[in-house]
Amino acid sequence: MAIEKKLFGQDYSTPDLVAKMTGKARYAEDFRAEGMLFAKLLLSPMPHARVRSMDLSAALAMDGVKAILTADDLPATENPLDERSLTNEPLYQGEPIVAVAAVDEPTAALAIEKIKLDLEPLPFVIDPLESLRPGAPNARREGNNYKDRTTLQEVKWPIEVFREAGDHLPMGTPDTEWTLGDVEKGLADADYVLDETLFHQSQTHHPLEPRSCMAYWQGGKLYIHPSTQSTQRTVPNVARMVGIDPSQVVVIAEYCGGGFGSKIPGTINMAIPALLSKKANLPVMHRVSRAEENAFGRARPGFQGRVKMGFRKDGRVTAIDLYIVQDNGPYGRQGDYETAANIAHLYYTPENMRFRGITVLTNTPPRAAQRAPGGVQITAMLEPMIDKAAKELNLDRIAIRKLNAPDTTTKYGSNQHNLTSAFVREAFDKGAELVNWEEFKKASGQTNGSKITGVGVALSAYVAGSRGFDGLIVVKPDGKLYVHQGIGNLGTGSFADTARVASDLLGIPWEDTVVVWGDTSKGVPYSCVQAGSQTIHAHTRANLAAATDLKRKLQEIAATDMGGSPDGYDVGGGRVFRKGSPGSGMTLAKAAERAIALAGKFDGHEVPEDINAVTKEGAAILQGQGAMGVAKDNYGGEGDLWSFVVGFAKVEVDRETGHIQIVDYTGISEVGVVANPRGLAAQVAGGAIQGFGLAMSQKWIYDPKWGVSATHRLYTAKPPSILDVPLVMHHGSVGIPDPQNPIGSKGVGEAPFGAGCAAVICAIQDAIGELDLKRSPMMTDLILNQLEHLPQPYKVLATHV
Amino acid sequence: MSDSEMLDKDPSISRRNFIKGVIAGGAATYSAGYLFRSGSGLMAQPSAAGAVERLITLRVNGQDRPVDVLKQETLATTLRYKLGLTGTKMGCDRAECGSCTVLIDGVPHYSCSVLTHTARGKQVTTIEGLAAPDGTLHPVQQAIVDGAGFQCAFCAPGFIMSMVAMVKDNPNPTRAEAAHALSGNLCRCCDYNKILDCAMSAAEYSRRV
Repeated sequence: MAIEKKLFGQDYSTPDLVAKMTGKARYAEDFRAEGMLFAKLLLSPMPHARVRSMDLSAALAMDGVKAILTADDLPATENPLDERSLTNEPLYQGEPIVAVAAVDEPTAALAIEKIKLDLEPLPFVIDPLESLRPGAPNARREGNNYKDRTTLQEVKWPIEVFREAGDHLPMGTPDTEWTLGDVEKGLADADYVLDETLFHQSQTHHPLEPRSCMAYWQGGKLYIHPSTQSTQRTVPNVARMVGIDPSQVVVIAEYCGGGFGSKIPGTINMAIPALLSKKANLPVMHRVSRAEENAFGRARPGFQGRVKMGFRKDGRVTAIDLYIVQDNGPYGRQGDYETAANIAHLYYTPENMRFRGITVLTNTPPRAAQRAPGGVQITAMLEPMIDKAAKELNLDRIAIRKLNAPDTTTKYGSNQHNLTSAFVREAFDKGAELVNWEEFKKASGQTNGSKITGVGVALSAYVAGSRGFDGLIVVKPDGKLYVHQGIGNLGTGSFADTARVASDLLGIPWEDTVVVWGDTSKGVPYSCVQAGSQTIHAHTRANLAAATDLKRKLQEIAATDMGGSPDGYDVGGGRVFRKGSPGSGMTLAKAAERAIALAGKFDGHEVPEDINAVTKEGAAILQGQGAMGVAKDNYGGEGDLWSFVVGFAKVEVDRETGHIQIVDYTGISEVGVVANPRGLAAQVAGGAIQGFGLAMSQKWIYDPKWGVSATHRLYTAKPPSILDVPLVMHHGSVGIPDPQNPIGSKGVGEAPFGAGCAAVICAIQDAIGELDLKRSPMMTDLILNQLEHLPQPYKVLATHV
Repeated sequence: MSDSEMLDKDPSISRRNFIKGVIAGGAATYSAGYLFRSGSGLMAQPSAAGAVERLITLRVNGQDRPVDVLKQETLATTLRYKLGLTGTKMGCDRAECGSCTVLIDGVPHYSCSVLTHTARGKQVTTIEGLAAPDGTLHPVQQAIVDGAGFQCAFCAPGFIMSMVAMVKDNPNPTRAEAAHALSGNLCRCCDYNKILDCAMSAAEYSRRV
């Protein structure tokens, strides 16, 4: 559908900005209510234990203590293996066991101190490979591996598997396996085969806003202010955790201080203030500290891997044989390793590929999606290997990647799915032109005093959209367009970007468009989660569908009142008018009044059958307020949506100190039609910088003896600061529309992360030669050891070091 | 004068006068803070004899704000939980992230690591104190709104306070100088590139004023 994009695709300032810049924007911990109590948690000091007994009497007897919550107060989960807000069998250090609500935080903290807790220590394990050894501990009493969704099993590999592996990855029986073509033949036919053991560490998300949450009950409903990425989709999660019906939950969360996948449907602690509030009959604020954020704030699963890749002389990848052991954490089977395998196939499109993998439970914090889950790990592991092959085969690093890259006709991964579009070669070409690749790569190996320059290029990809959600919009008698959004606002801007499609279709200026977001009591459509780069694609479509529905209704209203056929009318300039005569007809304000008078489908009293029940509830809230557009995205489509980013990095490695300075970075995105250029540039640069952190500075250390975090604060975890990044970062975009979205846009949040991470690792490798340890992060000490030919402090597969 | 000397010597307010002032000014609403509740709880315990005066007046955003402050209380807590100034964020509680940055006599400080009592007699400026009463944004804020700075913006109030101090100290910074001036603030969305763009235009906007 061709629409005139006056707003969509332009730079603008989102409607939340002034509130954010003046301190008026309220995040979870900024809400207040009369009589509000404060919650504090008793966290497990041990990585695995069982509560033998607890004595709460002294805490309960304290003046000012209003309620105490234990795991016994929580509703059971449908799947007995699932995590709850509190536990009687902590599976990692820092897992919450008891929550106390008191009149102030110090009182709650003192009450926690007065709880007598008798814990029985249980065997624990933090290294997946260790857990696979015969006789080694399991992270849970039921086992160390998911047999199926609701059952665990114990998996141990014969000791010979470990002995024969040496320093390579031991590869016993996997829990997942697939093959395309004939890997043995593909490797045998290759002119060059590399065989590497690789590592990518786990990493906490550390959004700057800790997952604090405030809750209270009113009129039988739970009002909750969580720190959550999604809005509408947080409701069922809260309801499930608290044990009530979704109709009893109102989520109010206009702002979220970062999530990166760690707060997709809200957070695990949401039930704590909700249930404490119910017990105490007062509002409860649960303020989460940074150390707690490290404990129950989610993390990316780490990989221990081995890859064999075969190459023809010209650089074409003939076969990939990939094995990944995934550090699953204690709860919920994580899919990163399976996604990673599909991405490996997508990048290099080999005819022959085998993937084997196993996800092993450990007594380390729970894992969850982190921006490009599986994608970042495999990109950081494999892209430097492509450089190694390029060097061996004397090929240009872009040429070898373009040769293997996917295009729109590619079928990828284990299920050989189609893509909606892929313009990867175009992205490489655009980047090569922008950075002047021939000149750029000449900097490789140049020295300046003690500094040596390296350059790197890397491809990154991730899923970028979904389909079939609903749009819900209203033109009211004030003449304004109200776009109701059920997606969240964690800073990407998509809650506003996707609304602009409706404004454009109806010819309504942005000043007369009101985006309603962050409050489920105001009427929301069924929406995708605010995650996985889905919203730009999914909700440009959904809002287009709703706007198309509204436009038709406005035409019908005009035809009813002024005669003729609806098709004889058009909408724009604040009016619905006879085609060819823009001053005729009626204003949208008048049309909204007429919609209310006509009622029925016009003002939302009748809604389409095919919309989701959530949208029907939202429409019921808004019915009678104006002319309503409400529709499901039925545009359809075939194939998976992926967006791509190519990153170009230039680093200087100081041979004397091991310090790495990234001096230049350019990210080229392939995201279809750009929704918001400045927002896109920010995603590409910001994601890349998060990748820089994983490449070279960010730590995740657990003490192997006690299973305790040594990096639970920001100053020890060391995420990138403003001094760790290039002073200027560059961005370009391919801009070819995705043919399966009527608007042509794909999402972008995920792919930039891996591009930044891998491009920097490639550049470090370019500067100092093939890395001794093929692992990330590449810390200063490891680089210095390599430059000084000193032994490394640990081997490639060492985890949590 | 050291902070402790100032505490000892600040004679400006007696308890009796403070209470009168609170009643007259109607400012008690927020002072009856969330970490202080009469009747129960640790915070309701009376001060021991000889302890630091609890009822003090802070000069915040150009206003005198009477407030009941414990001796161990941090400025971030006082601002957020007693004065209703929730624009100042707490991201780490311990001087690591800079989200709680406020200006004390024009100098950026981590308010999570400043004892409230040490801010007596000083000018405290928070994010809420930058825009004019009619809503006109501070040039730094305007530059950021125009440049669509920040993503989740939880770090923004802290960064903005650092930027306000920066443009005063160094009205014409280079990009590297701006980065250095803002290096006490973390952004986990890592929107540093756009933040630096905004810092440069913030300096430009400020020079025009």
